[in-house]
Amino acid sequence: MQTPVEPAIDVKVDSFELVEGTSLWKDAWRRLLKNKLAVASAIVLSIVLVAVIIGPLISPYTYDQTNPDAVYMPPSAAHWFGTDQLGRDILVRTLVGGRISLLVGAVASIVSLVIGVSYGAISGYIGGKTDEVMMRIVDILYSLPDIFLIIVLLAFFSKDLIILFAMLGAISWLTMARIVRGQVLSLKNREFVEAARSIGVSTPQIIFRHLVPNALGPVIVYTTLTIPSVMLTEAFLSFLGLGVQPPLSSWGTLVQEGVGAISVYPWHLIFPGTMMAGTLFCLNFLGDGLRDALDPQSRAD
Amino acid sequence: MTNPLLSVRNLQTSFYTRDGEVKAVDNISFDLEPGETLGIVGESGSGKSVTSLSIMGLIPTPPGKIKGGQVLFGGQDLLQITDEQMRKIRGKRVAMIFQDPMTSLNPFLRISRQITEISELHLNLTSKQSRTRAIEMLELVGIPDAPNRIDSYPHQFSGGMRQRVMIAMALSCDPQLLIADEPTTALDVTIQAQILELIKDLKARLGTSVILITHDLGVVAGMTDRLGVMYAGRMIEYGPTDTVFAHPAHPYTQGLLRSVPDPYEEVEELYQIPGLPPDLSALPPGCPFGPRCPEVVAKCQTQPEFVSVGTDHKSACWLNAVSTVQERKEIERD
Amino acid sequence: MLQFILRRLLLAIPVLFAVLTVSFFLVRLAPGSPFAEERAYPAAVIAKLNEKYGLNKPLPEQYLNYMNRVILHADLGPSTRYPDRNVSDVIVQGLPNSMILGATAYLIALVLGMGAGIIAALRQNSGVDYGAMAAAVLGVSIPNFVLGPLLVIGLSLSLYWLPPARWGDFSHLILPAFTLSALYTAYIARLTRSGLVEVLRSDYIRTARAKGLRESVVLFRHALRGSILPVVSYSGPALAFLLGGTIVVEKLFLIPGLGNFFIEAANARDCFIVVGVTLVVAVMLLVFNLIVDIIYALIDPRIAYK
Ligand SMILES: Nc1ncnc2c1ncn2[C@@H]1O[C@H](COP(=O)(O)OP(=O)(O)OP(=O)(O)O)[C@@H](O)[C@H]1O
Ligand SMILES: [Mg+2]
Repeated sequence: MQTPVEPAIDVKVDSFELVEGTSLWKDAWRRLLKNKLAVASAIVLSIVLVAVIIGPLISPYTYDQTNPDAVYMPPSAAHWFGTDQLGRDILVRTLVGGRISLLVGAVASIVSLVIGVSYGAISGYIGGKTDEVMMRIVDILYSLPDIFLIIVLLAFFSKDLIILFAMLGAISWLTMARIVRGQVLSLKNREFVEAARSIGVSTPQIIFRHLVPNALGPVIVYTTLTIPSVMLTEAFLSFLGLGVQPPLSSWGTLVQEGVGAISVYPWHLIFPGTMMAGTLFCLNFLGDGLRDALDPQSRAD
Repeated sequence: MTNPLLSVRNLQTSFYTRDGEVKAVDNISFDLEPGETLGIVGESGSGKSVTSLSIMGLIPTPPGKIKGGQVLFGGQDLLQITDEQMRKIRGKRVAMIFQDPMTSLNPFLRISRQITEISELHLNLTSKQSRTRAIEMLELVGIPDAPNRIDSYPHQFSGGMRQRVMIAMALSCDPQLLIADEPTTALDVTIQAQILELIKDLKARLGTSVILITHDLGVVAGMTDRLGVMYAGRMIEYGPTDTVFAHPAHPYTQGLLRSVPDPYEEVEELYQIPGLPPDLSALPPGCPFGPRCPEVVAKCQTQPEFVSVGTDHKSACWLNAVSTVQERKEIERD
Repeated sequence: MLQFILRRLLLAIPVLFAVLTVSFFLVRLAPGSPFAEERAYPAAVIAKLNEKYGLNKPLPEQYLNYMNRVILHADLGPSTRYPDRNVSDVIVQGLPNSMILGATAYLIALVLGMGAGIIAALRQNSGVDYGAMAAAVLGVSIPNFVLGPLLVIGLSLSLYWLPPARWGDFSHLILPAFTLSALYTAYIARLTRSGLVEVLRSDYIRTARAKGLRESVVLFRHALRGSILPVVSYSGPALAFLLGGTIVVEKLFLIPGLGNFFIEAANARDCFIVVGVTLVVAVMLLVFNLIVDIIYALIDPRIAYK
């Protein structure tokens, strides 16, 4: 593999990966489609996604529109999910809440993805002392009671959505970093990396163009499983009154409002609660399905 | 001799995988007389381990399934008896040594526990008696300082020592039949010789019948009375070891023999059977060796019978079905 | 081994130091004061209160005073929210309740989770397996502040079987403990199943079967040890958070535990309690992770700590 014509080799190196990659992805895709639960979950999730995006636009109500004459109305043709203590339509609030909850999950997962993947890949690729120090830091961060610190932060500083997003992402990158580091460690001595190195491809390029794409399987799986766990954390913080602030709603705040009135006005809890649990359920199933598809060893049967 | 100790008749074992049915063992028959050693050779994936696991009743089900045949052991069909009855035979009358001593011992349990549990179970020994027995067995297989080493964990032993432990375990109830599935493949060469010597020696002393599975023809030559050659889940040649070595009937066996290095002869390059072992889930019709066979003829499109080619000597090849040069020319013309 | 434990304890010191420092500055750098919110005290009173608690000094001095107090006198400071008590009193009062609740929940999770996981693994790909694993996914999908009220409605308000909330005798423990255990049960079930499925496929289990051992012996003597290792690792952080006060469940069921004190203190900006409880949880995390590592080494003889 020693030739002065750089681009040609680069193409070769890339196409080698590509060939190896395509059949892998095709296989995984085929396995995923065979998993009925995962497919059903994906369909349900798409419906939820469309509903929370479109629903509030076509609804006759807005999420903060109160109506003193229609307080605590049970489900009816006018209000499919009933109304709350201020006469607001629970359906529209649930859909808007879903927007927020899903957005929190997505944004936080992206934050954790960016930090975790870069950190893990750099640590694994550079190796040696640097790796040791970087992983030691991860160990120490692991042993911090993160959720307590987040509560402190939100309670003492500001209950700002942006801070919430950032914090949730910042606590969930640790595992991602470990996963990516493990992958990179096992990949970095493979032929295509050697080849790239020998023709002088820069380190960042090797890491992000050659190594990270090959570690994508576990990264995707872990991200799919991060979304529900972050959503759950958001709900938990909202339940404590630290997350999304009224009149805006998230599934967590809706459930929190619903819990108070549960024995008298059960719909107030049941609709948002079911929506939320159902979405999390589907996300988890999809994550499991992706894991089985991308890593058949994990559940060979 | 009158009654064979083990008689495998038309054994068929398949695995049902995503890619369809894999006929890992397809219609295999052989006999083993008491006190004899049978060698089974074949390339990786030819179904040697599946054959031995089928005899032991250890095929993982699903995906595996024994579809048919008989495994007559002391006249009793092991495929027909209950799990409970089978358990009384496993470890007591038929014992097995596996391919990889590094993973075949339980890493979480002391060696002592792993050996004594067999004699406690099958010989009803007390824990003290079985411990004494275990130490005896370890000494028998040549573990130095056995009384002290017995309480070690497997990871404290080398690969060769672990295989000795496996052998001690397998022989601790004086089984009538020992199945050794490539007992030396995972070991380095000097240790290999020691382990094989040990098995040979113990067999002579204890009178156990042995099935020795290997892909190394060199190993079987000195150790076995009979030899079975497997290819793609089928037995393609079977006979007394000397006869098979002297007059190999199947082109595959001939190829295998040519690929064994001869210490007295200097050759430039060792012979290699051309091509790759077939994919069991997509076997071509006819003789599975056909695509790689140097002597392939048109007739090989149909499956050859497993027929007698001499005293006790059988082979599955169309070339054996003909006796004269004339007939041979004829099938070649087809 | 002893050396390993000592080294881990030594390594814990900088971690605890970091926890104290980070949480102290977090709460002290925040705008506002413990006395400014809600209660509209006159400025003079607030100044007096600040002085009483030493909160009027420059921040570095406050920090040094606080660290000095914690490290040299093992005193976690006063409480601004509960003026008649100091932080240690609050912890001594809340921690036992949290621990009882958490330990009960952990035991439930361990028994139910491992049971379900083992059965699912033994009946792999059967209806039981799919059912148990779907239930486990449900378990990680239903937030406990939804599950808790549902259990309360079902078992307490409709059937009058159990008291709906508060703290007292054993019957008060059942609903919160089950609510709390759901998530952990689900996780443990999944970990047990996948661990056992993997072990059951391994060579040494085949060896054990080849010896003619009964399936129950194969399972309990040979397979279980290796397959619970993931559960052991998971138990470290799980126990720390379970025993260190579970905010939602304690709040939901009005249990006077550490979690409840923590969240009330956080809302009331009672900085010393917040730092103190965070420290307690950090200590628990370190201790349980250490215990878990020791147990791990006891189960797996290949691990030798130096
Ligand atoms: N659990 C299983 N599931 C699916 N297929 C299997 C299983 N076990 C064995 N097979 C298939 O059965 C065939 C025979 O395998 P076997 O292990 O008997 O080969 P072998 O002759 O022992 O090879 P080696 O020399 O490598 O040990 C192989 O094609 C293998 O793919
Ligand atoms: Mg084999």
